[in-house]
Amino acid sequence: MLEANEISCVRGNRKLFRHLSFGVGEGTALRIHGANGAGKTSLLRMIAGLSPIEEGRIAWFGKALAEAGDDYSRQLVFVGHANALKAYLSPCENLRLGLKVQGVVVSDNAVREVLEDEGLASVADMPVQRLSAGQQRRVALARTRFAASRKLWVLDEPFSSLDDEAIGRFSARLAQHVAGGGVVVYTTHQNVTIDAPSNFLELA
Amino acid sequence: MNAGLRQTVAAVTFRDLLLAFRLRTDVLTLVFFFVIVVSLFPLGVGADPTLLRALGPGVIWVAALLASMLALGRLFADDFADGTLEQLVLAGEPLPLLALAKVFAHWITTGLPLVLLSPLLGLEFGLDAAALWVLAASLAIGTPVLSLIGAIGAALTLGVRGGGALTALLVLPLYVPALIFGAGAVAAAGQGLQFGGHLSVLGAMLFAALALAPWAISAAIRIALE
Repeated sequence: MLEANEISCVRGNRKLFRHLSFGVGEGTALRIHGANGAGKTSLLRMIAGLSPIEEGRIAWFGKALAEAGDDYSRQLVFVGHANALKAYLSPCENLRLGLKVQGVVVSDNAVREVLEDEGLASVADMPVQRLSAGQQRRVALARTRFAASRKLWVLDEPFSSLDDEAIGRFSARLAQHVAGGGVVVYTTHQNVTIDAPSNFLELA
Repeated sequence: MNAGLRQTVAAVTFRDLLLAFRLRTDVLTLVFFFVIVVSLFPLGVGADPTLLRALGPGVIWVAALLASMLALGRLFADDFADGTLEQLVLAGEPLPLLALAKVFAHWITTGLPLVLLSPLLGLEFGLDAAALWVLAASLAIGTPVLSLIGAIGAALTLGVRGGGALTALLVLPLYVPALIFGAGAVAAAGQGLQFGGHLSVLGAMLFAALALAPWAISAAIRIALE
């Protein structure tokens, strides 16, 4: 359902990757490997539709991303390097308003339940600024709890700053999403395995 | 406007207003900056009433222009740094309208206070009642123009080192038409002349900015995020 055909990425006069092709079907995870600076983030941003695809084509259900446009965005969850949290709002406010911007309306109670489930109940009403890096990451990832209906999850280093328990829980959630017919495209430098059919892509 | 878009626009506006409320000292700083800059002039040029009456409209308008430019730093830079801007682009709704929602929230917290305070400051310059009304009206029409044009500059300089000074260089020349007709309207009213024409031109600028600026802002945001 997600197919890349002969895509290239050039930053300045440096070629990050050339003529890259891959495909991911329903119910599969795609893990992108590569050294620092190999172009993993650039590739994820192209897949998410944030960076233009200068050469080649990425298609979602046979439709090029540019054509699919907003319909594609509504099928997508993107968690980037940055957490997209406002430092002066609480996790509760951040999640509720952030999700509403994405067109997902959830009640305050639902958000609180999820935060409690994630072990964040005690900080639910504190400014995000005062949370630890790992806690902030967990708030950012909690967005995915409300996005099971969105097929494609694109995650850039989702496990960074997480403790072992949180890594275990989130990788289990990824496996669950894949098992439900979703697609997860992610990068990580940590030694994490997702218990799901997985493809690997090596960026040289 | 469908329900999804309405919700997204409401959420974007509400989030920015809530943030401005949490960071209300920033708003107050801006308001005091405006008040102080304006108040320095009567102290500096002396208390000659005719001179002050002639200077007033221009001084207040220039101070409003500087204050509104000073506030541009907050408009997109934080969202750009913390990743919120990426999520806005991926919201699956037209980005120009979301950008407009952000500019609207920005104007509420940085433009509207100037409009409301301006008649009070006009008194410092001995402007008469008619001129005070026209002053508030011209700023009510003019400050949204400043916010819209300024937002283009703020979006264009995202991620650029020393973006603040560059924004000023980009934006201040574009503020000139609004300044001429805004201050012109108040000066005309002060002299008992017709000011309707000035305000109409200012209104036309507002509609042009409303129609065009969101697309320019949205294009600039997409370039910044590439």
